[in-house]
Amino acid sequence: MPTLAKAIAQGRRIEAHRPWPRIVADDPLWQALASRLADGRCSLLGLWGDVGAVHMALLDETENFVAIVTNECPDGRYPSVGRFHPPALRFERAARDLFGLAPIALPDTRPWLDHGEWGVSHPLGAVAPAMAPTAPTYSFLAAEGEGLHQIPVGPVHAGIIEPGHFRFTASGETIVRLEERLGYAHKGVEQLMIGKSIVEAARLAGRISGDSTVAYAYAFARAVEAAVGLEPPSRAIWLRALMAELERLANHLGDIGAICNDASFALIQAHCAILRERVLRAAAICFGHRLMMDCIVPGGVGVDLSAQGAGEIRALIDLVARTFPNLVSLYDNTASLQDRTVGTGRLSIALAQQYACGGYVGRASGRSFDIRKDLAYQPYDALTFDTPTLLEGDVNARVWIRIREVEQSLSLIGSIVDRLPAGTLKAETIPTAGEGIAIVEGFRGDVLAWLRLDQRGRIARCHMRDPSWLQWPLLEAAIEGNIVADFPLCNKSFNCSYSGHDL
Amino acid sequence: MRKTLFENLLKPPLTEPGPRADEPEIAELAAKLGDAARARLGRSLSIRQVDAGSCNACELEIHALSNAFYDLERFGLRFVASPRHADVLLVTGPVTKNMREALLRTYDATPSPKWVVAAGVCALDGGVFFGSYACVGGVSAVIPVDLHIPGCPPTPMALLSGLLALLSASAGGGGPDVGSAPSGGSGVRL
Repeated sequence: MPTLAKAIAQGRRIEAHRPWPRIVADDPLWQALASRLADGRCSLLGLWGDVGAVHMALLDETENFVAIVTNECPDGRYPSVGRFHPPALRFERAARDLFGLAPIALPDTRPWLDHGEWGVSHPLGAVAPAMAPTAPTYSFLAAEGEGLHQIPVGPVHAGIIEPGHFRFTASGETIVRLEERLGYAHKGVEQLMIGKSIVEAARLAGRISGDSTVAYAYAFARAVEAAVGLEPPSRAIWLRALMAELERLANHLGDIGAICNDASFALIQAHCAILRERVLRAAAICFGHRLMMDCIVPGGVGVDLSAQGAGEIRALIDLVARTFPNLVSLYDNTASLQDRTVGTGRLSIALAQQYACGGYVGRASGRSFDIRKDLAYQPYDALTFDTPTLLEGDVNARVWIRIREVEQSLSLIGSIVDRLPAGTLKAETIPTAGEGIAIVEGFRGDVLAWLRLDQRGRIARCHMRDPSWLQWPLLEAAIEGNIVADFPLCNKSFNCSYSGHDL
Repeated sequence: MRKTLFENLLKPPLTEPGPRADEPEIAELAAKLGDAARARLGRSLSIRQVDAGSCNACELEIHALSNAFYDLERFGLRFVASPRHADVLLVTGPVTKNMREALLRTYDATPSPKWVVAAGVCALDGGVFFGSYACVGGVSAVIPVDLHIPGCPPTPMALLSGLLALLSASAGGGGPDVGSAPSGGSGVRL
């Protein structure tokens, strides 16, 4: 059986693309790759539109090989991948809304990001629209049976969370079907990116999903560096990882607390919120911003870590390492809490694999893929850490993955601070044309950045794919058969990004 | 659990600075906010947060207001689950066109008197998302705004200070909106 690398060899290679190959595939090759996806012989990392073309990123997990495949379609029509491989469905619907690209035989032709409010159709497309204008009403999938009722929730929710609509069909208390409708946070980021300098675009990238601002800035910077062939100084490389691990630590601490709180166990939430606040305060002292926004820039980092800052971080990890185990044993020994989390919102291993689902959602369902290891980038190739994996796939497993990742991040932060090399912070970027891709492990999973720079070094096209794209659809599956009252708990255990998904 | 609870009985509180005297700014804030809130609304002010398409950074910092360091509720400020229970709408984000209708309906569902606080740079004018086909570009383009709290995102302390400023201003006579139609709105909405 040929590997992905061999399969794409028939396509025309685009030389300007780095570090992984991009090839142009004709319809037969494109369809062959779609069936390869459907057979589970490779995974879909993303699919996005371009003017007169559609791209998809494929991953061969057996040989850790990534390839970008392009189908050029000047008439705006290309063979649907989602027809064979459901994880592509929402990507294709989104690319259709934004570019007017029409996937041939797309099974679900409802709009996705376009709610009929923009005043324009296909805002990024230069091709003539190949389909009817967006309908103003959205028809949810039907669920039929005696005594079923629907519960619409959102986009404004009861808690302090992002906007999204959930349509439950329930039989009594049990959820028969959940259907998500997203796009409320769509801000038009991909269009705003076009024509921006890389400095301006980096600020925008850092605001696609605020909780992952470091991961986004990190992925964007590495994609720019890949495109122009630039190597950041080693101190910057290590500082980036330090920030990324601090972000992971802060978010996991917040999530563990919030999940327990959604199971009405406020004590752990109170303590986790304190630890999270301490991480953010340390970040503010070290890097000047609590969430470390705009600290990673193309070419390096914008701020240095002082000796005092290093001391702050050492004190922080000592404190967390001392107090966190008490919270873990409290979680582990509270039967009433376990009663809510064990067996709730179970995601099957097969679905996690099919959707190439990253982060704690994938790892709690047996998919151990971790970009830091499997497509290792500096400095993680020189660091030792474990990627925890469980098979149960329930809320409890997603809590435990986070607990183990907190421990791993603490150890990583300690090593990074100890081994931080001296030197400059930033290499100057030279404006030049090129194409680059980078994938970075954010707290939620793998953040993908792909971009093309024009001759002046400005953004010609930039697509950033949040890990939530491949996790949101699985929440619909995980919730089935659970009670409506457990939805907040399940949703929090996934903690998908609305803004990162909606762009 | 008993051990954790017991240990915490023996530890001093983390909350700043209610009991701590070394940060007069927050002590003053606590006292002033208490007086102003009482004068206007008895002892409490209920806040309904609406994310009108933010990047979620503002939400993270609004969440932080409830942690032990800031302990929002000691000021009589609390978050409520429905606009129908709210005195204040705390709105974040550049107001995406896809959220415009939901924001208007939330505003209309909030009983008067009510205040609107726009938090973050995006909520002022769209911030980095200014000029997008998908954004209205600022909360005031959809509903009247009483106060804007700057920052990207605003720190929890900035959010607290902003809410105090709102109370001081309203106690000084610049009353809240008492039911006028939202600017740009089209009257009653179901």
